[in-house]
Order: sequence, then C-alpha cells, then structure tokens
Amino acid sequence: MNTVIFRTAAPILAALMIMFSIFVLLRGHNEPGGGFIGGLIGASGIAIYGIACGVDAARRALKVHPISLAGLGVFLAALSGFLSLPAAVPFLTGLWATFYVEGAEISLSTPMMFDIGVYFVVVGAVGTIALTLEGGEDD
Amino acid sequence: MATAATSYDALNLPPAMIEGATAPADWIVVWPVALALFGAGLLVMLRNQRPLQSVFAGLIVLAIIVSNVYLLLRVFEAGPLAMTMGKWLPPFGITFVADMTGALFALSASVAAFIVVIFAKVELDGREYRFGFYPLLLLLLCGVSGSFLTGDIFNLYVWFEVMLIASFGLLILGGRRIQIDGAVKYGFLNFLATALFLIAIAYLYGITGTLNMADIARKSAEAPVGPLLTASGLFLFAFGVKAAAFPANAWLPAAYHTPAVAVSALFGGLLTKVGAYAAYRVLVLMLPAGRDMLEPVILAVAVATMILGPLGALAQTNLRRAIGFLVIGGIGVLFAGLTLGTQHGIGGGVIYAVHSILTLTAFYLVGGLVERMSGTQDIRYMGGIYTVNAPLSILFIILVFAMAGLPPFLGLWPKILLVEGGVRAGDWVIVTTLLLNSLLTLIAASRLWAHIFWRNGHEGARSEQPNDTLRRLTSDEVGLGLAPTIALVALIVVLGFFPNWLIEAGGVAAIDLLEPERYISAVFAGVPQS
Repeated sequence: MNTVIFRTAAPILAALMIMFSIFVLLRGHNEPGGGFIGGLIGASGIAIYGIACGVDAARRALKVHPISLAGLGVFLAALSGFLSLPAAVPFLTGLWATFYVEGAEISLSTPMMFDIGVYFVVVGAVGTIALTLEGGEDD
Repeated sequence: MATAATSYDALNLPPAMIEGATAPADWIVVWPVALALFGAGLLVMLRNQRPLQSVFAGLIVLAIIVSNVYLLLRVFEAGPLAMTMGKWLPPFGITFVADMTGALFALSASVAAFIVVIFAKVELDGREYRFGFYPLLLLLLCGVSGSFLTGDIFNLYVWFEVMLIASFGLLILGGRRIQIDGAVKYGFLNFLATALFLIAIAYLYGITGTLNMADIARKSAEAPVGPLLTASGLFLFAFGVKAAAFPANAWLPAAYHTPAVAVSALFGGLLTKVGAYAAYRVLVLMLPAGRDMLEPVILAVAVATMILGPLGALAQTNLRRAIGFLVIGGIGVLFAGLTLGTQHGIGGGVIYAVHSILTLTAFYLVGGLVERMSGTQDIRYMGGIYTVNAPLSILFIILVFAMAGLPPFLGLWPKILLVEGGVRAGDWVIVTTLLLNSLLTLIAASRLWAHIFWRNGHEGARSEQPNDTLRRLTSDEVGLGLAPTIALVALIVVLGFFPNWLIEAGGVAAIDLLEPERYISAVFAGVPQS
C-alpha cells in the first residue's frame, strides 16, 4: 500500500472526502444524505490518511483524539434537545431560525444541530476504530 | 382528486401536533435520561482530566437523583406524568411516562449508581480510566433510566441497546482474558434476547398497529388471541433471559464476577431489574390477557428460579459468583409477583425490586472490600476477616438478613406483601416457594458470612492458626470504599424501619399497572377527542 502514488494522492483524497462529507451532512435535511452517511465518509477520509501516512501522522493532523469528537457529538445532540426548554415546547422539538443574507435564505435548526451531533459521533467512533486497527498493538 | 391547490386544511385532517406550551416543570420526565446522556458526552470529551472525571460524574448522578426525587414527589401528588417528544401528538411521537413504578425504579437505580461512582475511585486503574469507566457508567444509567421512563415499546428496545453497549464496554474494561470470556457469554445471550424482543415488537405492531404503550394497553383487549399469545410468549422469553430467570440464567454468574467490583455492583443492582421491570410493564400493563394465558409458564419459571438461585449460591466458593446466584434468586421473587398478578403481588414485586437494587449493590460492594482485604475471590481463603475489620462483618450480616427477608430489614416488607397476596389468591405453591426461597437464601448467605468472618483462617487450617494473608484497608479505601457502603447499608436499614411510604407507593404502582386508566389518560391528555 505504501507507494509514492498513494502517499501523494492520499492527503488530497482525504481532504476532498472530508469536504464531501460535510456537503453530504448539510444536504441531508431535505435530500439523501445526513449525519450518519456523512460521518462514514469523513471517517473513511481519516482512515485513508492513516493508511497512507501512518497512524501517528493522522493523529497529529486531527489534533484531538477522535473519541473526543464522538463525545462532542453526543453533547451537541443532547444540547439540541435542551434548546426547546426556553421555547416552552417538549424535548427535541424542531426549532427554526431563518436569516436572509444578500437575498439568500439560510435556515438554522435544532434538527440540523442534532444531525451535526450524529456526524461527529460517527466520525469519532468509526475513526477511533479505524485508527486503532491500523495502529496495531498499543492503543 | 387532489391537486396542488388543495390546502391541507380542506382535507380536515385531525391535528398532529401538540398545541399550547409545555411547562418547564413537565420536563422532569426527561431530565434523568437527558442529563445522563449529556454527562456521558461531556465526560468523553474530558477523557484526559482524571480528577475532573469522577467529580463531574458524581455531580451529574447527584443531579439525576434530585430530578428523580422531584419526579417521584410529582407522581405521588398528581399521578402519572407524560411528555411526548418533538411536539407530536401521541401515539405518533415518542412518549416518556413516569408512573409510580418507573419513578421508584429510576430513583433506586440512580442512588445505587451514585454510591458506585464514589466506590469506583478506590479500585480503578489508569487503563480503566482511560477507556472511559465514568462515561460508560453514565451511558448505562442513561439506558436504565430511559427503560424505566419511556412509554414507547420500540423506544424501550433502543434503551436496552444503549444499556447493552455500555455494559459490554464496562465488562471488558480491564481487558483481562476472563473478562473477555465472561463478556462473550453475557453478550451472546443478551443479543439473542434483544433480537427476540425486537421480533416480538414487530409482531405486536402487526397486531395492534401502534407502538405507544398506553395505546397498546387500550387496544390489546381486542387483539386476536393466537398472535397475542405468541407475542407475549416471546416477550416473556426475551425479558426472562435479560433478567436471568431459569432456565436462561447461566450467563449471569459466568459474567458478573469478572469485571471490577464497582461494575459488578452496578450490574447486579441494575441490569437484571430492567428485564424484570420490562416484564411487569409489558405483561401487566400492556398485555394482561397474555399474562393470564402464560400464568402457568411464569409460575414454573418463578418457582424454579427462586429455588435454584440460592441453591447455586450454596454450591459456590467464589464470593462474587455466589452473590450472582443470589441475584438470580431475587429475580425469582420478582417473577412470583408477576405470577400472582394481583395488587399485592405486583405491589410487593415493585417494592422488592427497590430493595433488591439497593441491597445487591451494597452486597457486591461489601464483597469487593472483602476481596481487597483478602486478595482472593475464593471464600475458602478469606477466613478471619472479623479480626481485621469487625464493622464489615456487621454490614455483611445486615445485608444477609435483608436479602433473606428477616425482620426488621427492608427485604421483609415486600415478602410479606407477596406472601399475603399468595394466601389471598390461595396459591400455596407460590407461598411455599417464597418461604423456602427465604430460608435457602438465609442458609446460603450466612454460609458465606460464616466462611469469611467466623472461621479463623484458611479452610483446613487449625483454628488457632490465624490467616496471615489478610491486610487492613488503607485510609483511602476506608474513606471512599467503606464509607459509601456504610451509607448505602444505613439507607437500607432506615427504609426497613420506615417502610410505610414505600408500601403505599408500591400499592399505587400496582393499581396503575393493573388498571391503567390514569396512565392512559396522562399520555393522551393533550389529544383532542375526535
């Protein structure tokens, strides 16, 4: 696996995959896509980078341990439920805030926040598994 | 034919969303679950902050206890409390309901978890910290509380899975060979049970067309008998495996003695009770006709479990395996309550579960201290601990009496209710077995006490030969291990002396399970009548 072609292409591929995963995540609200599938694509990006450049390089590039990302995801998902407390509606009710920037409509919502949470859980958990398997013995 | 111009109003559809505001106080139904989930996420992020981890976990579990107490008081005052997620009207939204049964179970579980959070500080090593003992504990508590408070049968399955994943993680945290061995047995049977549970849910959905527990309770009376019996039978089997009832009990003693003592205590206190709780919820509240038809089966399961549990404990030389068999005996008592299916039976069962959650957690913790002092799991080499730590022997004997149901301890009251229920129903098999179970439990548990505290030294050694392999508890172990255990035992003793409110609560719980009008109307409170 450790060829020059792969090692040269992998960082670009990984970057593209992570960008694409964010696209899939945001697209998911109204069209096929979403946090889970986006998260899997993102984790594949991490895995490819790890295979090509070594697990240590992948961990350095991530800055934080991937399992912390999973924790962040659970945290975000739970938080999105709590946001409906001040609005006096039941737990996990979808709340929307719409902005108009230069004529374009931008909708932010708690379902999106929940989905971002799912994305991080999947990236974190699958990324941890992938890096552990690639790394071998001690982690 | 509908055209694009048709407005939805013209179709005159019934409303699908809840109108009107939800008072923040109603949120109390989800607090115990949401807080635990929130805390688990937070603690995973703080994975490298070791000192912070236990403090945070303790504070979060404390907050969960406070919400559970408030929840229990609300339920005492106003009856069952419900909230349907995401503003959807039931039965479409996922409903969380707290009735007396759920609130009592949830409170006892959180109290047991709090004691374990403190106790865990004495025995965890770096590896167990690093792989996330505290986040997993909170995730487990989240799954357990969710199971007790959800009002949706599919959601119950989801919480079972959450619990299973967390317990799997906790079981193999130490990474020792024996733990993997135990986890495989535990995991295989529990996966099987959850899969059957899922299949039974699918059947039930096919029969009644709904997943909301209150809605099923309304509709199950008209369901055809054959499919209903199939679904009920599958539920009983699935929950029986989860609860470690005979004949599916073998996984419990094979797995529960392998992890850290704190984990054993958590499992012994909480996990099997969730299976028993689900059996009560599904077979009494939702499918009473199924329970009536299955009564002979439940009777056989209850009798065999009640007898074989303590008999198994009697044959063990491994302390925590023996306690595992006592857990199984207690499950038999819970199924005895289910067999009776009367107010005394169900009420007694619910109170027994509260007692069992607290007492078995304490029992495992005391057992853990004994193991630390003797450095072995084998009761044949534990003799003489009385000379090293006399207070521990008192804790142990109190728990033995509480387990067996001797007065004046907590175990007595639910047994009295159950026996009274059996006498009223004229069900002498249950009455005899309940009494026999108490006797056998007493023999098995006091045998443990005699071997550990009464005997001077190793098995086979001369009686004047002291056991020189024992060591005293360090001050850390006294402060963080012994002190919380004493607190828990004190709570059990106090509850045993003042059981009135508990017995009253058990009665309310039984009525709400047997005649679920209040439960149903709480769930469908916001739904306009069509």
